[in-house]
Amino acid sequence: MSDRPLSGTRVLEYAQFVSGPYCAKLLADLGAEVTKVEPPQGDVARKRGPFPDDVPHPERSGLFLYANTNKLGITLSLDSDEGREIFKRLVERSDILVEDTPPGTMEELGLGYETLRQLNPRLIMTSITPFGQSGPHRNYKAHYLNLSHGSGLGHATPYTPLEPDIMEREPVREGGLIGEYDCGTTAAVATLSALYLAMFTEEGQYIDVSKQEALLHLQRPEVAICLADGESTNRVETEHLDALSGMYPCKDGYVYAMFSEDHHWHSLMDFMGYPDWAQDEKFSTVERRRQLEVEETHPLLKPWLAEHTREEILHGLQKRRTPLGPIYRIEEVPHTEHMKVREFFVEMDHPEAGRLSYPSGTAKFSHSPVSLQRPAPLLGQHNEEVYGKRLGYGSEELSRLKDTGII
Amino acid sequence: MARKPLEGIRVVDFCWVWAGPAATELLAYLGAEVIRVESQDHLCGTRRRPPRRNAPPPDINCSTTFNCLNLGKRSITVNLTQPQGIELIKRLVKVSDVVSDNYAGGMMERFGLAYRDLQEVKSDIIVISMSGWGAYGPERDYRAYDPVFAGLSGFYDMTGYPDRAPGKVGSFGRCDLSCGNAFTLAILAALIHRAKTGEGQFIDVSQWEVMNCNMGDAYMDYFMNQRNRTRVGNRDDHMAPHNCYCCQGEDKWVSIAIATEEEWRSLCHAIGRPELADDPRFADAQSRRRNQEELDRLLSEWTAERTHYEVATALQQVGVAAFPSLNRRELYEDEHLAQRGAFVEIDHPEAGRHTFLAPPWKLSSTPAEIATHAPLLGQDNEYVFLELLGMSMEEFAILVGDGIVY
Repeated sequence: MSDRPLSGTRVLEYAQFVSGPYCAKLLADLGAEVTKVEPPQGDVARKRGPFPDDVPHPERSGLFLYANTNKLGITLSLDSDEGREIFKRLVERSDILVEDTPPGTMEELGLGYETLRQLNPRLIMTSITPFGQSGPHRNYKAHYLNLSHGSGLGHATPYTPLEPDIMEREPVREGGLIGEYDCGTTAAVATLSALYLAMFTEEGQYIDVSKQEALLHLQRPEVAICLADGESTNRVETEHLDALSGMYPCKDGYVYAMFSEDHHWHSLMDFMGYPDWAQDEKFSTVERRRQLEVEETHPLLKPWLAEHTREEILHGLQKRRTPLGPIYRIEEVPHTEHMKVREFFVEMDHPEAGRLSYPSGTAKFSHSPVSLQRPAPLLGQHNEEVYGKRLGYGSEELSRLKDTGII
Repeated sequence: MARKPLEGIRVVDFCWVWAGPAATELLAYLGAEVIRVESQDHLCGTRRRPPRRNAPPPDINCSTTFNCLNLGKRSITVNLTQPQGIELIKRLVKVSDVVSDNYAGGMMERFGLAYRDLQEVKSDIIVISMSGWGAYGPERDYRAYDPVFAGLSGFYDMTGYPDRAPGKVGSFGRCDLSCGNAFTLAILAALIHRAKTGEGQFIDVSQWEVMNCNMGDAYMDYFMNQRNRTRVGNRDDHMAPHNCYCCQGEDKWVSIAIATEEEWRSLCHAIGRPELADDPRFADAQSRRRNQEELDRLLSEWTAERTHYEVATALQQVGVAAFPSLNRRELYEDEHLAQRGAFVEIDHPEAGRHTFLAPPWKLSSTPAEIATHAPLLGQDNEYVFLELLGMSMEEFAILVGDGIVY
């Protein structure tokens, strides 16, 4: 087995919460040596949880543990000249810096890209901010809620075409913190593209990632269609309303099914044993079924679906080549046979949080596998290793830095 | 002209419909030469996709969906049901770096174009295959569109109102595009690995797994506490207020999130209700969360008198995170996005001029860009077969005559 793809690449991370840390985690999982720089009070994700038994503890946040696997962790305050000088020394020995401070902050600290590139012309610096480094909203604050809504994703959610009363209610953000992870992946793509290029040119560059744009970009066909062909759609109307597609209640939950195409419809009829009503001319074409969707087709399908479980419908129809699947709850996914066989969730020990399972990664490589080799760092866990062994500080100097609150 | 990151990288692209093309489009933005393998008999579903319900299917070169998801690519037409077609593909693979597909159920194997077949043709080839369930496992042959694997991951169960069914997200294909990022990241990692070691490899991307990764903290809660996290509308475990509030106009809303006591005080003053800052019902985040319905009612009274941008501007001035919930047309008209060049116009020989989103990253010395419009079906047959493969006109004419290139 060969080395992992990014072994030998050094990444410095000065970021908190999800997007920036997840970007650096993706690089760490690919084998890069990521040094996470936290302010002495720690990444805000340490305060957020989820915590075991809901007891807050800075070393036991599930969010922090997940978004920071495979990293080294050090503490450093950038409030003093000495702290900033140490940061520069770390930059000098890094290929990549991932940071998420508000626009202008790094410049104010004397750590802007123009300064850092003088120290290290190969440096790739990736800045991840809510609205990017330029433009009238660049200094706006935004939490995940604001970005989910401010990017267009929230306004059309939940998409519920058959329940028009939904329009009376507020649009909702997308579930979990999904968009924050998307922004991290988007930033990691640009960062790796620059790293690949630098293997040939020996030159770094600066990358400006706006979370609003990263999330907007996930809707690029919808946006193009809206601008080309129609008005903006909402939570009950969409450009892509396929007939007989959607969330169908069944015996033990919901399935998402698409019976829009002719062969999918016939698979369903086959699975249902071709009921008498299905022979009626009025259901013979896609167009007719679509016209009759709410009044006639649904009332005939729904009672049948309600008598069958998600797994029965899944296997019965997938064997007939019809795309559909259960709406799983989070608690169900780790117990599915498919995820078990693929060993998607992997266990790892952590000195404070104990042995836990973690989602492993977004791709499986035949020759350079991604792996979880090290749990998220304790606050300042690698101070001695990084400051001592790599930057050459002696133990007295280290104690002084600790006493003065720099590390 | 600066060298683009993936300049000189050639991709033989079997991806089709939504997720795959969205992914290889990112490679094109980064400078790779992406050659889509199509055929007259096996058209990409998006080439005929009507823009909206009840609209007629478009001409195969004029679909907005196709033209948006295939910017900067080339197109060749090859009949893959014929052995000569497969041979032709192998000749192309010999001079390429990456082969990509998003078929479920072993389609590439049936073509005789599995990883091991392609490795024989070019030993350091990078092959990436993406599908809903992934390339192995008991359900590997199962098919999925975006909402199917999104539903498998727990994402839909976590989206929507607590008192309603799981919520589908409103943007069609957004999870496909999310997977496109993961797919591109994997290819970049494999290219770096190849540059260092000379080795190619096979990459298996399960879209279900990509989505699971995007729900990571919810899984951690399950593993820590056996708790099932489910949908909570706009609510948050820690912050309150944390919701969308109705504004002037039809279906206009603004999102407001309060993280600190300082922000809470600023909000109370900004809405002209300074006394609320000292109201014991709202004394700290926990109390505010307990009384958030009342809080939402009070805030809505203020937002309802204003436009969503007015609310955002007023609150941002005092350091409160507020931003409109924008629809797609409003995003296009947004001054900030316009100033950042988020939208670009691209001319297409048959479909005319259309507006698309620019690439989502701003790289200082090698800007990603949309080099050309999406390809007409088979527009690059001559370039690929005559120029790249150095085929004679005679041979090319025979392949066209025999229906191999068609």
